[in-house]
Amino acid sequence: MSALQGVLATAVADHLAARARWRAAELVFWGAALASVFLLPGKHLILAEIAILALFALSLDLILGYAGIVSLGHAAFFGFGAYAAGLLAKHALITEPVLGLLAAGLLAALLGFACAFLVLRGSDLTRLMVTLGVAMMLRELANRLDKLTGGADGLQGITMAPVLGRFSFDITGHTAYVYALAVLFVLFVVARRIVHSPFGLSLMSIRGNPLRAGALGVPVNARLVAIYTVAAGYAGVAGALLTQTTAFCSLDVLSFDRSADLLLVLIIGGTGYLYGGLIGAVVFKLLQDALATLTPQYWQFWIGLILVIIVLVGRERMSGWWHAAVAQGARRLGLRERP
Amino acid sequence: MSAALETVGLVKSFGGIAATSNVSLAVARGARHALIGPNGAGKTTLINQLTGVLTPDAGRVLLEGSDITALSPHRRVRRGLARTFQINQLFADLSPLESVGLAVSERLGRGHDWWRVAGSRSTVDDSIAEILERFHLADVMHERTAHLPYGKQRLLEIALAIACGPSVLLLDEPAAGVPEDERHDILGAVAALPREVTVLFIEHDMDLVFSFAERITVLVNGAVFTEGTPQEIARDERVKAVYLGEEPVHA
Amino acid sequence: MLTILFDGIAYGMLLFVLASGLAVTMGLMNLINLAHGAFAMAGGYVAVALVNKAGWPFAAGLLAAFVVPALLGALMERTLYRHVYAKPHLDQVLFTIGLAFMAVAAVDFAMGTQQVFVQLPRALEGQIDLGGVGIGRYRLLIIILCGLITVALQYALARTLFGARLRAAVDDARTARGLGINVSAVFALTFAVGSGLAGLGGALGAEILGLDPHFPLKFMIYFLIVVAVGGTSSITGPFIAALLLGIGDVAGKYYAPQFGAFAIYTIMIVVLIVRPQGLFTRVAGK
Repeated sequence: MSALQGVLATAVADHLAARARWRAAELVFWGAALASVFLLPGKHLILAEIAILALFALSLDLILGYAGIVSLGHAAFFGFGAYAAGLLAKHALITEPVLGLLAAGLLAALLGFACAFLVLRGSDLTRLMVTLGVAMMLRELANRLDKLTGGADGLQGITMAPVLGRFSFDITGHTAYVYALAVLFVLFVVARRIVHSPFGLSLMSIRGNPLRAGALGVPVNARLVAIYTVAAGYAGVAGALLTQTTAFCSLDVLSFDRSADLLLVLIIGGTGYLYGGLIGAVVFKLLQDALATLTPQYWQFWIGLILVIIVLVGRERMSGWWHAAVAQGARRLGLRERP
Repeated sequence: MSAALETVGLVKSFGGIAATSNVSLAVARGARHALIGPNGAGKTTLINQLTGVLTPDAGRVLLEGSDITALSPHRRVRRGLARTFQINQLFADLSPLESVGLAVSERLGRGHDWWRVAGSRSTVDDSIAEILERFHLADVMHERTAHLPYGKQRLLEIALAIACGPSVLLLDEPAAGVPEDERHDILGAVAALPREVTVLFIEHDMDLVFSFAERITVLVNGAVFTEGTPQEIARDERVKAVYLGEEPVHA
Repeated sequence: MLTILFDGIAYGMLLFVLASGLAVTMGLMNLINLAHGAFAMAGGYVAVALVNKAGWPFAAGLLAAFVVPALLGALMERTLYRHVYAKPHLDQVLFTIGLAFMAVAAVDFAMGTQQVFVQLPRALEGQIDLGGVGIGRYRLLIIILCGLITVALQYALARTLFGARLRAAVDDARTARGLGINVSAVFALTFAVGSGLAGLGGALGAEILGLDPHFPLKFMIYFLIVVAVGGTSSITGPFIAALLLGIGDVAGKYYAPQFGAFAIYTIMIVVLIVRPQGLFTRVAGK
């Protein structure tokens, strides 16, 4: 190897490693999240909801933003995790939240693994049908198995033990928020490792051009099954968090609206850079709060309108504005060096 | 001399039209073998069957003597069969660095690493650097592929195939669309391949074919029309007739 | 037993007419339109308004249930949909879910949440007895009407100049334009007819499927199954898929009321495992 090549190899290593380095804006983001624990004590209930939604959206980003799979029924895994955690707690099988979370996540991942083989068959159209179909089927199942799930009345009588045996859930949502935020952070860090690994790179290549990815030796289907399984696990954990923090679980966790709203959340924040789902969750909940007070009944209308506008204006253009605005803000705050 | 790549009675038809009819072809190890023929002769369809994008209706594909007909595209790559595409098939959102990094990671069996950050293995990085330098891509390695000039994209197209570390390389019109003055980069890189790498290439530019190929197979209407050394093909009046007959289409 | 088969066929043919427009736009024009059910709902509510409230005859109501959604479809195609033809499927999904949501909320606001029915003329009520098999008159009408529509549709696509133009426009829009075909007009008309048929199906089906503001979302899965399971190469595939779905759903709900709703999902999954590309697929081209 020539000396020049040695230099180049170092540059290659540096630049690949730089992709995974934590940026200042990221530290600010998590710093702000941590600060909210102390500065916004009255808002912990809604903040916990936001953290859960953010985790759910992060899960969708893994398959949509990184692997290019459009899903109309991601709520299937969210709901499955929600019911799994609820049933485990209700029947006193696992009442400690963290263990319950792990169990629910694993079960949802198993379901995701099984579904992945169906989802990967065929075109976008079949994928839409399967993802939507599986979610609707689970909802119908939860509805029919009312002896187990409580049917339309929801799963009641869930009592959770304190988190790690020490922190009990309280009425202000303080424990719930800290717990949800901690789980979100841990799983975010894992997702971040995944997308910056060679495995993550191969996912992006599959999204960009599956034909070429295969021609470079990437086992396309195996990689998609793997990420679909992981994403399903993430969604299951998000669902389990909802059940645990609210001590309740209803058919609503499996509804189509939840899957569709999730698409909106991710689209608001932007796909394929992990923070999209997190930012989208904050914006979405704030919007929901604002619009719901305006016309609580017709919230759905506004969701629809936003979706239509986003597509007509163009996601690319919007994310262009968004990135420009963020970059501008970051420069002003001195977070990022000038280009 | 044993064949590095061989087809036995390959047949493929689309809706009753034979795109490949009973093609038996042997590419010797270390060969520089050209596949020529008029438009619509079924050259790319044949390549697609060799690489596993299409499944033949009948016949077999052998790589280094073992049957790979039933293998998926990525498994054939792992066995040492790589290809380029006639029309660039690149990753528009990734940089050349990332694209080559991907191919090298897969070759070295690191593609499923999901925890280790890309770039943290020196064997992978050295190999990436070597490819980037060989294909004159080092200066643009951070740019989005979509923003590269066409000549660089074409280089990347070929660099990716070579990054797979093939023993048999299929080039589908490697110089297609590349202006005259940029061709030598591409041809130089192909010519500099080690002798043990077997090259089968499709090309329309006859100057290029005759300067590079040591053996030529002519494909017409999906079937092998004739095969021989460049001298034999150049003398063959029937081959000329086939090409002359096509001339008005080109004009 | 035969009555169930008969009901299933009526239900299936209804599903086909509802989804036929979608089969054409998704299959031929490669547009994912999840708001298709909104046009069906529009037809249903038009019929309800005209027949129940304004006292129009049933047949006139059906005609209006075709015409109004068709015009609406043409208008939407010209103003909105044409901007998303070239966009990625994800955008089409988001856009059309958005439209569906807006339609649901708007109808909810204007007409209320409760389920509505179209008043049938006396002559269509009740059953007739055919060799011991009880056959609902209204269902018989549905079968006859939908059968006629299916034949007409098949003829229009395969045999008429318009069908040829549509196929040319879909295969290669640029060449088609070069041949003097007004591609955008062809697409607009196709979309309009598809929407109109959905509207007609919505009006005809109000009695059987039920009609409320959530119709577009509730039946989205049925439409997707008809198109995806049927395959997108011809309308024969979706037709057979619709029949299969209709008979499966009716029989499932009759024989196993508790779990009959799962028949359609079972059909979906089984077909997908056996024939991932749909029941009927065009031979893959180059």
